[in-house]
Amino acid sequence: MTAILDGSAGALAALGRPVLAVLAAVGRVAIFAATALGHLLRPPFYLREFGQAVLQIGWFSLPVVGLTAIFTGGALALQIYAGGSRFDAQAVVPQIVAIGMARELGPVLGGLMVAARVASSIAAEIGTMKVTEQIDALVTLSTNPFKYLVVPRLLAATLTVPVLVATGDAIGIMGGWLVGITRLDFNSATYLENTVQFLQAWDIGSGLVKGAVFGFLVALMGCYHGMTSGRGAQGVGAATKGAVVAASVLILAANYVLTELFFQA
Amino acid sequence: MIALTDVTKAFGENRVLQGVNLSIARGESMVIIGGSGTGKSVLLKCVLGLVTPDSGQITLEGEDVSRAERDAFLARFGMLFQGAALFDSLRVWENVAFRLLRGRLKRPREAAREIAIEKLRRVGLGPQVADLYPAELSGGMQKRVGLARAIAAEPEVIFFDEPTTGLDPIMSGVINDLIREIVTEMGATAMTITHDMTSVRAIADRVAMLHGGLVRWTGTVQEMDATPDPYVQQFIHGRAEGPIPSVR
Repeated sequence: MTAILDGSAGALAALGRPVLAVLAAVGRVAIFAATALGHLLRPPFYLREFGQAVLQIGWFSLPVVGLTAIFTGGALALQIYAGGSRFDAQAVVPQIVAIGMARELGPVLGGLMVAARVASSIAAEIGTMKVTEQIDALVTLSTNPFKYLVVPRLLAATLTVPVLVATGDAIGIMGGWLVGITRLDFNSATYLENTVQFLQAWDIGSGLVKGAVFGFLVALMGCYHGMTSGRGAQGVGAATKGAVVAASVLILAANYVLTELFFQA
Repeated sequence: MIALTDVTKAFGENRVLQGVNLSIARGESMVIIGGSGTGKSVLLKCVLGLVTPDSGQITLEGEDVSRAERDAFLARFGMLFQGAALFDSLRVWENVAFRLLRGRLKRPREAAREIAIEKLRRVGLGPQVADLYPAELSGGMQKRVGLARAIAAEPEVIFFDEPTTGLDPIMSGVINDLIREIVTEMGATAMTITHDMTSVRAIADRVAMLHGGLVRWTGTVQEMDATPDPYVQQFIHGRAEGPIPSVR
């Protein structure tokens, strides 16, 4: 009897340990996010660092987001056409490409591409600063690392990713249009008219809200993993990998939650 | 000016500082020696507030540093880090003038740049270096830029963490001489941690030896050479045999 109880306790402990570890990690991230948000509204504000972060996160991500969007829009048009032809619904290609890009693929793929590009670079940069004592140097120079490193990146990502998403939406819809008129024999004017008439403001708005949330998550994961990076090249490498994985998973999870909230049946 | 009383710090099971007592007078250049892993850097970071001691008290002119207003407190310090810790994304002059470009000492960029160039000149670097990035400099030049940054705001207290590590003997001599000159010229209080005995002799007014988490010995350089303390003698002569285990 004692052996059975001991065995059960051991199994419960084995189950409980990872659960506790996950909860502790969630708690650490939540405290980190709360600290960053607390600094967001209190001076000093580092406008130069914010401007650089906008360039790094927003402007330099445009090519990768644009390329992802145009190929996705084109492929989506082909798939919808092929699927729609099974029940004689090929004509819905413009509408489905538009709604698919604006509500889902624009924000999610844009977010994931930014996660791959930006979360990794933020984590590597801040992690390297940590292991080379640059963050300690910031403190000795009377500069709060949260205000100087974290807040500008969080703010820049939250504000620029929606712009990237809007640009990606437009490019993705254009990709669908290009494939539609060149490969699927759609009339150009009809395709565009169907797209414009079908799309509603909230289709685009919901994607932009998702973009803002995804941008915040990407920067948060990059900054958190960078600031908590271990020592040496291995520590920075692990921080970089952790940032990309965590940001990607959080984007997909947040996307489901937001979709439930915005479009529940 | 700086007093440490019974300062302890542990990282898990590793009790790095076990009750450190040390005082440094205003204008004095104190050098702390000790083997690798004896807690010299931790001690320095405790004074700066980068590491919080587990117990004990650290005061700056009688005021408990843990209760001091952070910005005002840190404005009194300059620090040269072991690897210089220059900000990669900023130009050399922006690194030197970092404190002068933001916060309570903020001034126009042109004025800050002029001060930075003047400080670079003080450490033997020409104005052509000002617009380079740290990655474009040699190790010795990076240390000099770090030194220029440490003195840019004319602090009362300057910390030097292993100032000659990784440098050739000639460049080490240059950095040692610069530190001595600048500390004397500014009348600053200096706290240096090193295990380079050439640095000790060039920089120190007084020497403290940290061993086993405690300050084992303090005295002048002359007293250091004359002391019969076997730990000090083993350390300064770099002997493998003696009370300090060579494998730690």
